[in-house]
Amino acid sequence: MHELIKTNRTIPFMRFRFGAWIFSGLLLVASVVSLAVNQLNWGLDFTGGTVIEVGYAQQANLSEIRSTLDANGFEGAVVQNFGTQQDVLIRLEPQEGVKAQEVGENVLSVLREASAEEVAMRRIEFVGPNVGDQLTEQGGLAMLTALICILAYIAFRFEWRLALGAVGALAHDVIITLGLFSVLGLEFDLTVLAALLAVIGYSINDTVVVCDRIRENFRKFRKGESEEIIDGALTDTMSRTVITSLTTVLVLLALFFLGGALIHGFATALLFGVFIGTYSSIYIASSLALALGVSREDLMPPEVEKEGEDLEPMP
Amino acid sequence: MLNKFPLWKNLMVIVILAVAALYALPNLYGEDFAVQVSATRTTTVDTQVLGKVEDTLEELNIAPKSVVMEEGQILVRLNSDSEQLRAREAILKSLGSDYVVALNLAPATPAWLEALGATPMKLGLDLRGGVHFLMEVDMNEAMRKILGQMRDTIRADLREERIRYTSVERNGDDLIVRLRTPDDFNAAAAYLDGAYEGYIVLEDEDAQEITLRMTEAQVAETQDYAISQNVTILRNRVNELGVAEPLVQRQGADRIVVQLPGVQDTARAKEILGATATLEFRLVDTENSVRDAEMGRVPFGSELFPNRNGGNVLLEEDVILTGDHIVKANSAFDENQRPSVNITLDGAGGDKMSLATRDNVGNPMATLFIEFKATGERDAEGNIIFERKEEVINVATIQSRLGSVFSITGISSVQEAQNLALLLRAGALIAPIQIVEERTVGPSLGQENIDMGTQAIIWGFVLVLIFMVIYYKKFGLVANLALASNLVLIIGVMSMIPGATLTLPGMAGIVLTVGMAVDANVLIFERIREEIKAKRSPQQAIHHGYDSALSTIADANVTTLIAAIILFAIGTGPIKGFAVTLMIGILTSMFTAIVGTRAVINAIWGGKRIDKLSV
Repeated sequence: MHELIKTNRTIPFMRFRFGAWIFSGLLLVASVVSLAVNQLNWGLDFTGGTVIEVGYAQQANLSEIRSTLDANGFEGAVVQNFGTQQDVLIRLEPQEGVKAQEVGENVLSVLREASAEEVAMRRIEFVGPNVGDQLTEQGGLAMLTALICILAYIAFRFEWRLALGAVGALAHDVIITLGLFSVLGLEFDLTVLAALLAVIGYSINDTVVVCDRIRENFRKFRKGESEEIIDGALTDTMSRTVITSLTTVLVLLALFFLGGALIHGFATALLFGVFIGTYSSIYIASSLALALGVSREDLMPPEVEKEGEDLEPMP
Repeated sequence: MLNKFPLWKNLMVIVILAVAALYALPNLYGEDFAVQVSATRTTTVDTQVLGKVEDTLEELNIAPKSVVMEEGQILVRLNSDSEQLRAREAILKSLGSDYVVALNLAPATPAWLEALGATPMKLGLDLRGGVHFLMEVDMNEAMRKILGQMRDTIRADLREERIRYTSVERNGDDLIVRLRTPDDFNAAAAYLDGAYEGYIVLEDEDAQEITLRMTEAQVAETQDYAISQNVTILRNRVNELGVAEPLVQRQGADRIVVQLPGVQDTARAKEILGATATLEFRLVDTENSVRDAEMGRVPFGSELFPNRNGGNVLLEEDVILTGDHIVKANSAFDENQRPSVNITLDGAGGDKMSLATRDNVGNPMATLFIEFKATGERDAEGNIIFERKEEVINVATIQSRLGSVFSITGISSVQEAQNLALLLRAGALIAPIQIVEERTVGPSLGQENIDMGTQAIIWGFVLVLIFMVIYYKKFGLVANLALASNLVLIIGVMSMIPGATLTLPGMAGIVLTVGMAVDANVLIFERIREEIKAKRSPQQAIHHGYDSALSTIADANVTTLIAAIILFAIGTGPIKGFAVTLMIGILTSMFTAIVGTRAVINAIWGGKRIDKLSV
């Protein structure tokens, strides 16, 4: 039997919880500061504007494209390679008074005129300024709704202290992932927002497994401090936690390297989210519940337990 | 007996997987280049048209894979994209503008599968290529138009009731009826009270005014009507554009999504979709002087409009007929070889026209062309500001009583006559729209996205397979079997649900599902290992392993499902695609990981004496 984690001895996770709090606290503060100072590098979906992706047959000359655009009244265009040397991404801010819907085609025809070789239209995206504001609102709202629904579900299925711990851990994951995007200046677009919700989904998955074992162990072992029980539960689920994270990281690496430039932000957010989510479900969720004073009495089933029954009732 | 499934349970697993595999099968066959012929509103596709299409192909020396007529459409499958282009052009030429001839990619699903209703997954625009528009409807204008119609109705009804009024005017969202005498006021108040559903009647006896105000419910209903009317009209226009499998759908309170797969030329699409041109026919006010009106003294009941050929024209405020009654419009030439548009009206429109022209033979009638153009600016409330451009394109003397067929002259070019005819055929938008979001994906990028997404899925899948076999050995193989079945199930279910669309983020969702789906098996297998360590017999270990992992798996998946459902609810387009694959993946993986693996494990190890488990 291969084993990644030897589970003969209980690992004293909770002993390090204060260290973990300081670590998480620092990350959280750094994230919030960066979000306040650098803010997020909002993508087109949120800011509005126009993005044009064109493909050249050979390596594209970016500075030439820039000067062509400047000369034709498209000042301030961001021109960069996208994915390969031949592909060029041009981003324009929303302009006042200009019929924004036509910008994309105009840019394309300007580039086609200036270039001797063929310029292939790969993608044109135009987003009006109002659409983005609504999206930010909707995205934030979705995040909150998700957290509240999960809070309610876990409180109903488990107990409010565990629920608060779990949701605290989720908020922790989301804020730190946002912080990473802010610190590195990675573009935050719709797919990243989707990835964040998937991170919530992944992290809660981990946390529920841990919570479930905590409850089970409280019921099984009549003795022992809360801290010992939680340590035991974390040790029991440790190899599962590591293996599932590993398989998820494997597929995400495949996505990161093979999925193409369009999906890069998504894969980055999820990869980071899986690490932070795994860490938080071990340290943050359970130590929060412990700090809130979770104890055996809170997790006993309402009716008297029969002798020898250590199995969960079916959901 | 421990770890034995009853026959029905085994059969259920087999049947579910077989059905999913069957419905996933069409995705392997690829697509044919095709040309699709469908009818416009005034024509039908019949065997005669079919014959014409076949003759055209023969003339071109093109041997099609097949030519089928069904559901009022003809689908011609061809061998290459160059044949497809040539065929379309020739068919378009031989059938004329009464038919829509569109390029399409038709799934090459074998007939026996199609008979079962099995079709491949729908691909999103980011994978197929095409244009996506998000359009916003100008509600203020919609209200204005509807109140204008109401004003005309009230005037007509009061006249019918022989109640004399000074004026009926629109003031903001209200309609104000002013009356001359107390008698008229009382009569009007008695008549108007309750005459129109959805309006509150406010009487002001001192000022001899009656105000009609829409109830909030009526306002909501009116806006709802405006949107759904616009959706219908956009659908007509999209059909005129000749696009295969377009999508026109309402989104939220005042937005409409239009998706045109395969379209690259967005300029024409935008011109046709966004155009808000309509016509109104009105009588010319011959009793008052145009010069007075130009000086600012526009008489009551009349309005001043610029004439396309210079100068101004004074028209009566009452509209004889609006563009909505037009059922057919063709560009043509008048007797002087100038471009014109021949118009056919529906029954009600014909009656109106005939009634209005009966008493006005010898009087001039004007054709008013109205167009809204988005200025690209917004007012304080964030609504788009539209410029209303109105001009008289033609004034003609009514020679005789008009019926339901007549023509408009005074159009400056053939191109304009053609565009006007197209717009009139498709109907006028009830309120102007502006494109607030546009995404165009070129065909090469679409194919690249498909290739890259597939690569990511395959490699992610292979990596997980290898890991599971190394770590869990024979049980790992069983989990891998479940993982493979899970992929088949996801694709099968995606193909079965009519509304599900595969997008690039959706493919990412499948990749993620592959990584997370093994979680359930990891939970179960870890439990089994624990039970073995606790010195249970192998059979006991399997039994307890599955049982005790079950509620954990359920709880963990329900919470993930909550996140996916919320994503589905707020997301649009590609993001919705991600949520869909994630949701389906969660459900199918629970089935394969819990029931599927158990069936296999029971079949191999169940009910036997074994000393050691390969886990």
